[in-house]
Amino acid sequence: MSPAQRPLSPHLQVYRWQLTSVMSILHRATGIALSLGTILLVWWLGAASDGPEPYAAVQRFLGSWLGLVLLFGWSLALFYHLCNGIRHLWWDTGHGLELNGVYAGGWAVLAVTAALTIVTWVIGISHWTH
Amino acid sequence: MAEPQTHAPMRSPLGRAIGLGSAKEGVAHWWRQRVSALALVPLTVWFVIAVIGLVGADHAAFVAWVRSPMTTVFIVLLLIATFYHTALGLQVVIEDYVHGEVMRFSALLLMRLLCILFALRGILAVLTMALRA
Repeated sequence: MSPAQRPLSPHLQVYRWQLTSVMSILHRATGIALSLGTILLVWWLGAASDGPEPYAAVQRFLGSWLGLVLLFGWSLALFYHLCNGIRHLWWDTGHGLELNGVYAGGWAVLAVTAALTIVTWVIGISHWTH
Repeated sequence: MAEPQTHAPMRSPLGRAIGLGSAKEGVAHWWRQRVSALALVPLTVWFVIAVIGLVGADHAAFVAWVRSPMTTVFIVLLLIATFYHTALGLQVVIEDYVHGEVMRFSALLLMRLLCILFALRGILAVLTMALRA
C-alpha cells in the first residue's frame, strides 16, 4: 500500500501558532537535543578517566566560544525539558488539564526555565572568574 | 517491550487482551518513561548543582569528586536513568518519523545500540576513576 494515496489531514501550516503546540514541539526538540548532549557528558567523563591531558583538552573546548554556546544551549534545553516534564507528570495525575491551567502552567514553565538558566550561568561565571 | 502473554494459559482471552492495545505492549512504554522521568528529576537537580560547583576544577579535583562514594553512585544512576529515558524517547520519535519496516527497525536497533554503548562508556569511566587504587 502506498502511503501517498491516502487522504492526509491538513498540513501544520494552516494552524495558528499557540503556546500549547509550540511547547509540545519544544519538548520533543529539547529531548532530541539532550540525547545528543549526552555524548558531551560521556566524552567529559571518559576524558577525565583517561587522564589529565585529555581532561584539559575537553575543558579547553568547553571554555571556547563554541563550547560555551553548546553548554548554554544544553543547560537551556535541560531546564526546559525538566520543567515541562514535571508539567507533564502533573498532567498525568489528572491535574491542571483545563485550558486555564494548561496556559498558566505553560507560562510558569517558560519563566522558571529562563530563571534557572540565568541563575545557573550567573553563579557558574562568578565561580569561573574567581 | 512486553511479550504477548502466551505463557499464561490460565488467563482468559479477555484478561490477556485488556490494556494491551494495538501495539501489543499496553502501557509498559508509557509507564517506564514516567518512572525514569521521575527518577531523573532529583538526579538532574543534583547534577546541575554539582557541575556548577565543578566550574574551573582541575583534573585532580574532578577525580576526587567522582571518587566520593555518593557521587559515584549518583552518576551511575544518572547515566542509567538518562540513557534508559533517552532510548524510550527516541523510540517514539523514530516510530513517528521513520517509515518503512526495514528503515524503522534498523533505526531503532542502531539507536538502542548507541544508547547502550554510551551508557556503558560513561559507567566504565566513572567506575575506573572510582576504583583505581
